[in-house]
Amino acid sequence: MEIVRSQRSRTNTPNDSVSTLPLYRYAPQLEVRLEDFEVFAMDRLRVLKGISDALARGKRPEEMENLVRDLWKANMRHPEASEDVNKDIISHFVLRLVYCRTEDLRKWFLSMETALYRYRFLLGSSEAKRALMEEFDLPCKAISRTEFENAKEKLEQVARSFDQPLPTADAIFYKVPFEEVPELVAGRRVYIHKGHAYVAMHQVVSLVVTQFRSNLSKALILTNRKWTSTIREQEKDRLTPIVEALSMSYLGPDYSQTKEFGEISIKDLDQLARSSFPLCMRHLFDKLREDHHLKHGGRMQLGLFLKGVGLRMEDALAFWKAEFSHKVGAERFDKEYAYSIRHNYGKEGKRTDYTPYSCQKIISSTPGVGDHHGCPYRHFSEENLRAALGRMGVGSRAMEDVVDKVRNRHYQLACTLTFEAVHSSSCDAGINHPNQYFSDSHKILQPKVEIVI
Amino acid sequence: MTKEESKNGSDDMLIDGPKQGNVIPDGFNPNYLKVYYGRLFPHADIFKWMSYGNDGRHPACDKSYFGRREFSFTLDNDIYLRFQSFNSESELENSIKEKCPSKIDIGPVYSVDPAKRHAYAQGGDNVFAPVERELIFDIDITDYDDVRYCCSGADVCLECWPLMTVAIKVIDTALRDDFGFDHILWVYSGRRGVHCWVCDGKARRLTNEQRGAIADYFRVYKGNENSNKKVSFPGPLHPFLVRSYTEVLREFFEEKLLLSQNLFSTEERYEKILSMIPDESVTSELRGKWQENRRSSNSKEDINFFRWEQLKNTLQSGKQKVQGLRRCVEEIVFAFTYPRLDMEVSKHRNHLLKAPFCVHPKTGRVCIPIDPKDCEELDPTTVPTLSELLRELNTGDSRMDVDNATLTLPMFFLVAEWEKTSLGKSIRFFRSSFLQPLLKSCKEEMESGYKAKIQQTKNSLSW
Repeated sequence: MEIVRSQRSRTNTPNDSVSTLPLYRYAPQLEVRLEDFEVFAMDRLRVLKGISDALARGKRPEEMENLVRDLWKANMRHPEASEDVNKDIISHFVLRLVYCRTEDLRKWFLSMETALYRYRFLLGSSEAKRALMEEFDLPCKAISRTEFENAKEKLEQVARSFDQPLPTADAIFYKVPFEEVPELVAGRRVYIHKGHAYVAMHQVVSLVVTQFRSNLSKALILTNRKWTSTIREQEKDRLTPIVEALSMSYLGPDYSQTKEFGEISIKDLDQLARSSFPLCMRHLFDKLREDHHLKHGGRMQLGLFLKGVGLRMEDALAFWKAEFSHKVGAERFDKEYAYSIRHNYGKEGKRTDYTPYSCQKIISSTPGVGDHHGCPYRHFSEENLRAALGRMGVGSRAMEDVVDKVRNRHYQLACTLTFEAVHSSSCDAGINHPNQYFSDSHKILQPKVEIVI
Repeated sequence: MTKEESKNGSDDMLIDGPKQGNVIPDGFNPNYLKVYYGRLFPHADIFKWMSYGNDGRHPACDKSYFGRREFSFTLDNDIYLRFQSFNSESELENSIKEKCPSKIDIGPVYSVDPAKRHAYAQGGDNVFAPVERELIFDIDITDYDDVRYCCSGADVCLECWPLMTVAIKVIDTALRDDFGFDHILWVYSGRRGVHCWVCDGKARRLTNEQRGAIADYFRVYKGNENSNKKVSFPGPLHPFLVRSYTEVLREFFEEKLLLSQNLFSTEERYEKILSMIPDESVTSELRGKWQENRRSSNSKEDINFFRWEQLKNTLQSGKQKVQGLRRCVEEIVFAFTYPRLDMEVSKHRNHLLKAPFCVHPKTGRVCIPIDPKDCEELDPTTVPTLSELLRELNTGDSRMDVDNATLTLPMFFLVAEWEKTSLGKSIRFFRSSFLQPLLKSCKEEMESGYKAKIQQTKNSLSW
C-alpha cells in the first residue's frame, strides 16, 4: 500500500459486483491519499467502537447483527460504490498499524475485528458463505449420508437442546476436529464423537471466525515488529503522528495508574464501602468482614479494585492480614496470602502491575462453590439481588427498573440505575468499570474545595 | 515396646526382624519419606512418562524435552521451590532423594529450560512460555459439601466417596468417546479427591482457550450460595448429558445417594430439594404430603425412596401445564451427582498439579492410580499409607499377587522393592494400563512424523 500525498487516488482492482468479505490477507497494491488514510481509519474505528459499546451492554446476537449492518452502512460507504471494498481493506490495514503496538491494543482490536467479521459473515448470503468457506483453509469435511444416518439421533438431540429446527435429510454437516471450534464445544452446541465435532451449516461461522482470529493475531505480531523496526522511524513526519493520535481516540481509562495513591486509608474503607462501592465490591467486602476469608477469585477482584481506589500496598497488606488472621492466623497469612497481594502490586514474580477488572471481565467470570466474586446482577438469584439492593438503600420503584434490566441481561445498565438511585443523580456515561463507579461516586459525595487564584 | 525390645532396637527402625512386631507408628515424618524416596517411589517410571518417548534412541527424539519440564518441590519447612528442572533420570532421582520434598508438583514443558528463563524476554514475543502440558482435571469432594450430609470439609467416608467414582465414570467416558483421547490416568489425590491426566499428544498441545472450551463442555453446575438453582436445563439435554444421566447418574442417585445421604428424611433436607422446583403449587403440594407423612410409620429406609417417587409423579403429572418443570427431575439429579470440576486447574497450561505416587502429608496416603473401569473398587480408607508400606518392607512379606506361585529365595532378591508391598499392585497397573500403551503410541507418532519429514525433504529435492 503506497501512501501518497494529496493526489487523486487510483485503483487497479477489478470491479467487484459480488460483495464478499475480504480476507485481509495482504496489504492491497493501492495508492491512498493521506487524508483518506486518516478518514477511512476513523470511520472504521467508529464501527469498532460501536461494537465495543454494544458488547459491553450485553446485547444479544440478533441485536448485534442489526447493529453491525447499520453501523457499516452509516460509516463505511464510499461516495463511489465501487470503492467500498477498497475503503474496507484500507481502513483495516491502517488500523492494524494503529493497534499493533501494545498487548492491550492488540487484544481490543482483535476482539472487535473478530466480532465485526462474525456478524458480517452472518449477514451474507448462503452463496457468499459457501464461497468464503472455500477461501479459508479449513480442516473440515462434509459428512457422508451414512455418517449422517448413524449420527442422526444425536444431531437431533443437539438441535432440540437449542430449540433449533431438526436437521433435514439433505442437511449439510461438517466434521471438524473439536479443537477448531472451541466456542461450539464450550456451549455444548455440537455433537462430538471421537474427537470430531459435527458442525451444522449455520454454525460454520464459528469455524470461519476462529480461523480469522488466528490469522489476524499472527499478523498483528508481525505488523508490530515491522512498525518498531522500520515503519515508525521511516514515517516519523507523515504517518506516525497520525497513527499515534488514532489510538488515543478510544480506550477509556483503565485505572491501572491511580494518581491519588494513598488517599484512601484503611479506616475509611467501611464507610466508603457503604457509600461508594458498586454492589459487586460491596458484597465481597461484606463477605470478607463476615467470614474473614475470601477465595482466590474474590481476593483478586476486590484486591485489584482496592488498589485502583488508591489503597497503598502496605495498607492493603495490613487490611487483609487483619481480616484473615481471624480465620487462618497471622503466620499463615504471611506465608500463604501476603505474596499474592504483593504480586498484585507488581512487587513479585514477573512484576506486572495488574489492572483492576472491568465490568466486562467481571460479568464473564464463573464463580463456583464458595465464591463471592462475579457480577451480582448476573450471578445472584433475583431474590438475593433484591435483598442486596435493599441493603444498599435502593427504593422499590428503582428496584423494579433494575430487576427489569437484569431480566433482559443488561447487567451494566442495572448497575448504572443502582448508582443513580443511590446517589440521586444521573450517570449518563453508564458504568463500565467498578473503579469508575467509585470515582464517580466519590466526586459526587466529596465536598469540593475550590481554590480560586 | 517392652524394655527388652527397646534395648535391642536402635534408632534405625529397619533393623527389626520379621518376627517382632513392626514398630512403625502411623503418621508422616521426614524419615519415613526418606525411605520411601529411597526404596519405593518409582523414579524411573515418572521419568519415562515425562519423557514421552524422547529417550534419545530414535533420530526424531528431542533431547531437550525432559529438561524443559517444570517440577516444583514443597520442602518440609513449607519452603516452595518452583521451576526445578532436570536433564536426566538420575538428576531427577538424586534431587528428590536429597531434598525429600513433602510434595512434588508437575508443571508444563516450557519453550526453554526453566532454569534459564530469566535470560528470555517475558513480554512481547513471550519466548519463555509453556508449549506442552497434559490436559488435567481436579475433582475435590469439598466442592460437594452442600449435597453431602455425612461429612464436610476434608473428611471422606464410604457414603460420600461414590460421588467421586461417579465423576470418574462420567468424565472418563466423555474423554474417550467424545474427545477421542486414549491415554488417561486417574489418580487418587491422597485425601479427598481425584486428579485426571490426559496425556495424548493432541491433549498436551491444546491451547488455553481449547482447554477452557473442554472445561466448559463439562460444566453443568453454575453458581454458589447466592443463586438458588445451580443446575438449569432450559431445553432438552445434549447427547453427552443424556448418556451421563441414563448410564450413570440416575441409577446412582435413585439407588445409592438417596438412601446413603437420607436426602428426604428431614424437613431441612427436603426443603433444599423443594427449593430447586420453580413452581409453588408443586412444592406446596409435596410439602403438605410430607409434613403429614411424619405421622405414618414408614421405616427410615423407605422414606427417601418413597418421597422421591412422589416428587417425580407430581412433576410428571403437571407436565403439560408448566414449561419450566419439564426437566426438573434431571436438574435435581444432576445437582446432586454430576461432577464438579475445578475450572481454573484445567484452563491454564501453567497450572501445577501434584505428581502421582506422592504421599499426602496430612493423611500419609499414597496418591495411587485408579482404574476407571474398576473405580468402585477404590476405598479411600484402605489406600496404602506410608507407614504401612514401610512395615511391609520391613517384614519382607511378599504381597505379590502372583497366582499360585511360590517364591524361592533367589528369586526373592531379584524382585523390586515395591513388589514386596501393596504399592506393587499400583505400579504394575500404572505400567501396563497407562505407561506402556502411552510410550508405544509416542514412538509410533514419532516414527510417522519422522517418515513424513523425510518424505518432504525428498519431495522438495526433486525437480
